[in-house]
Amino acid sequence: MSTESQTTTESFESFESIQRSQVPAESSSHHHEEPTGIWSWITTVDHKRIGIMYFMTSMFFLGIGGLEAMLIRIQLFRPDSDFISAELYNQLFTMHGTTMIFLVAMPLAVAFFNYIVPLQIGARDVAFPRLNALSYWIYLFGGLYLNASWFFGAAPNTSWVGYANLTSTEYSPGLNVDFWVLGLSILGVSSIMGGVNFITTIINLRAPGMKLMRMPLFTWMTFVTSFLLVTALPVIAVALILLAFDRFFATNFFVVASGGDTTMWQHLFWIFGHPEVYILVLPAFGVISDVIPAFSRKPLFGYAVVVYAGVLIGFIGWGVWSHHMFTTGLGPIADSFFVASTMIIAIPTGVKIFNWMATMWGGALKMNTAMTFAVSLVGMFVLGGLSGIMHSSAPVDLQQHDSYFVVAHFHYVIVGGLLLGMFSGLYYWFPKVTGRMPNEALGKLHFWLTFIGFNLTFFPMHFSGMYGMPRRTWTYRAELNVEIYNQLSTVGAFILAISTVVLLYNLWKSARTGEKASHNPWGAPSLEWSIPSPPHHYNFPALPQVRSREPLWHEDERKEIEAITLAEPEVEPEMPNPSFWPIVLAAGVTLTWALVMTGRWWAPVIGLVLTAIPVYCWAFEDPFAKKETAHG
Amino acid sequence: MADAAAVAHDDHHYTSTGLNNWKLGFWTFIGSECLFFGTLISTYMAYKGASIVGPYPEKVFDIPLTSISTFVLLMSSLAMVLALDGVQKGSKKKALIWLGTVIVMGAIFLGFQYYEFTHFIHEYHLTLQTNVFGSTFYVLTGFHGAHVTIGVIWMITLFIRVLQGKMPPEKALQVEIAGLYWHFVDIVWIVIFVLIYLIP
Repeated sequence: MSTESQTTTESFESFESIQRSQVPAESSSHHHEEPTGIWSWITTVDHKRIGIMYFMTSMFFLGIGGLEAMLIRIQLFRPDSDFISAELYNQLFTMHGTTMIFLVAMPLAVAFFNYIVPLQIGARDVAFPRLNALSYWIYLFGGLYLNASWFFGAAPNTSWVGYANLTSTEYSPGLNVDFWVLGLSILGVSSIMGGVNFITTIINLRAPGMKLMRMPLFTWMTFVTSFLLVTALPVIAVALILLAFDRFFATNFFVVASGGDTTMWQHLFWIFGHPEVYILVLPAFGVISDVIPAFSRKPLFGYAVVVYAGVLIGFIGWGVWSHHMFTTGLGPIADSFFVASTMIIAIPTGVKIFNWMATMWGGALKMNTAMTFAVSLVGMFVLGGLSGIMHSSAPVDLQQHDSYFVVAHFHYVIVGGLLLGMFSGLYYWFPKVTGRMPNEALGKLHFWLTFIGFNLTFFPMHFSGMYGMPRRTWTYRAELNVEIYNQLSTVGAFILAISTVVLLYNLWKSARTGEKASHNPWGAPSLEWSIPSPPHHYNFPALPQVRSREPLWHEDERKEIEAITLAEPEVEPEMPNPSFWPIVLAAGVTLTWALVMTGRWWAPVIGLVLTAIPVYCWAFEDPFAKKETAHG
Repeated sequence: MADAAAVAHDDHHYTSTGLNNWKLGFWTFIGSECLFFGTLISTYMAYKGASIVGPYPEKVFDIPLTSISTFVLLMSSLAMVLALDGVQKGSKKKALIWLGTVIVMGAIFLGFQYYEFTHFIHEYHLTLQTNVFGSTFYVLTGFHGAHVTIGVIWMITLFIRVLQGKMPPEKALQVEIAGLYWHFVDIVWIVIFVLIYLIP
């Protein structure tokens, strides 16, 4: 499979000329006018539109989560500050963490799953288009529900891990934890349905010849992530259900006086929580595993090994959760096991790092914005990984636990891993989605502001943590001598905020006035680049026949471009109709959960009965019923 | 929930593996449900013996009684298989008889559970709030009972569809998927019965 870099570069040039003559002409498939207007978006079941809505919504929540972070950083700028109250501070860091993980990081990745995966495997949509819309609407409503707590002055305030028994009605009597426990349950439903949908899509909707080991790495990592979603989310769902029962029906799950065990919450939370880390970061690994080969003009070095490493990370990710709990005193046997498994998981992760470097080695590198973000991920994630290996040792972890050192670590992993990767993917796929090129100058400005701001914010936290500054602390004393590190962090956070403004401006400007993009402006090898930018609503006029891992790149022995060999005649395919039942059903699900807050057992039952109506309407709706507008 | 129209459409649709999308998706969902019940059952097991006050499991469980309801639920899976066979062969009569049997047996199981819960509450004063055993027991078996209830409603829906003559053999997949759900809920009960009731 591996080709020398020079050959690839040469064949790529010849590819361009052939491709132009053979790709389905862009004008030939405009039989069907795409509906516009707000109603068409509300009822859409098109994976591309749903992907765009996921992206927009996650950007909205990124703004909220970012604002919360800015207030935190202003509060910590000076010692003994009382810029905001301690109670508000608790709400801010809780909602910052919860928002960034459940409302920004996960849906941002899902935005890319939605838009890109069907295109990469040569499918016309996901397996269950209406279920996909339902996932989105539940995510939106769940996020709004969670944030509605601000209007009650009762935002969740027990941190994103919500350790028992701080979350009990005894210690948290207000609505705060109610919003948290119910809001997260709603969001979990959305993620599980998304996971089911993408597993089915990737197994079942691959174009002819798209074998598993020919799938682009982004699709592969989506596949692994989806398995983690459907297996990890039920665990947190149960934990949240137990907590909800404790709060609303006075059960004894985490009540120590009745024999309950607070450690149980920690186990359940982290059995979900550690796979969650890989749910966050694997999609980013997938993105840059596609971006780096495209801009190195080389096939990914050791494709199979990168795939297996990703799968292995998914597996081992299930066996490391207690490294979050070394300080709970699980005993030397348990601690040793989790020390070992945590150290082992560094191996497949390291393998990926080396594969990316080897891909770049000797390649014809093109350092545009997408590539720059991808390369920076390799470096920044190594930093986060190294501090992670430090924590893997239980005695070291005992020193660092709950300090700012940990805060530095997981921001290097999540921002330095997930966010940089998602930005890379954003610039990479921007032409495909909008039909226009992203502005490179603004892109580079965004990159440097992000890179500098990110390091300035989080690197000093290693030091403030080592000097003993605890995490989640409202303020600190001047004698702790961590003021300078906190000031650097705050300055860095402002630079990050500015970088986000640059990003949004660039997206807005490029989408309107950017240079028109061809179907494959980067000369990239995967199937999404074989169709017009932006794609038709049915993606592929005819399903492609895939014969290699880089279908749009020449291989030594072949003299034609196989990807556009069509597996079926070119006709406008039948696509499912729009439906408004997903949004109605999502509203019903959210309402049912919200009614649990009343504490009356029959209230959610009323919600369930109401929800049954859209379920039945949905089930008996024919998604392929004849449309009123004929086309031909 | 099985999607009446979409299932029919997808029956003839191309897929990479030849498997139907709905069947594959539903198997994935069942995988997710395994983790859900697995976590609930593990919580029960981990909390076994943690209750500080009674009543304790040995006192309240009536094994012969629960054995009967377990047997009924187990046999309902057989009825489910025969109902599917009826739909596949286009025999409306057979389909109705056996779907009806599944519904009745599911309802009997739920009736037993209702009796068991009320008996525990009134006889032994074991409620959700009494002790850790009460909390873990009612939440676990309650969620299972909720699954059975959804299954019974699903079966009633299918029964009406068959009655209306809207379930030709081409749409048998709808019944097959409902069957997957029913068998799964049945198997979960077997695990619960063995681990929670039978093992002292």
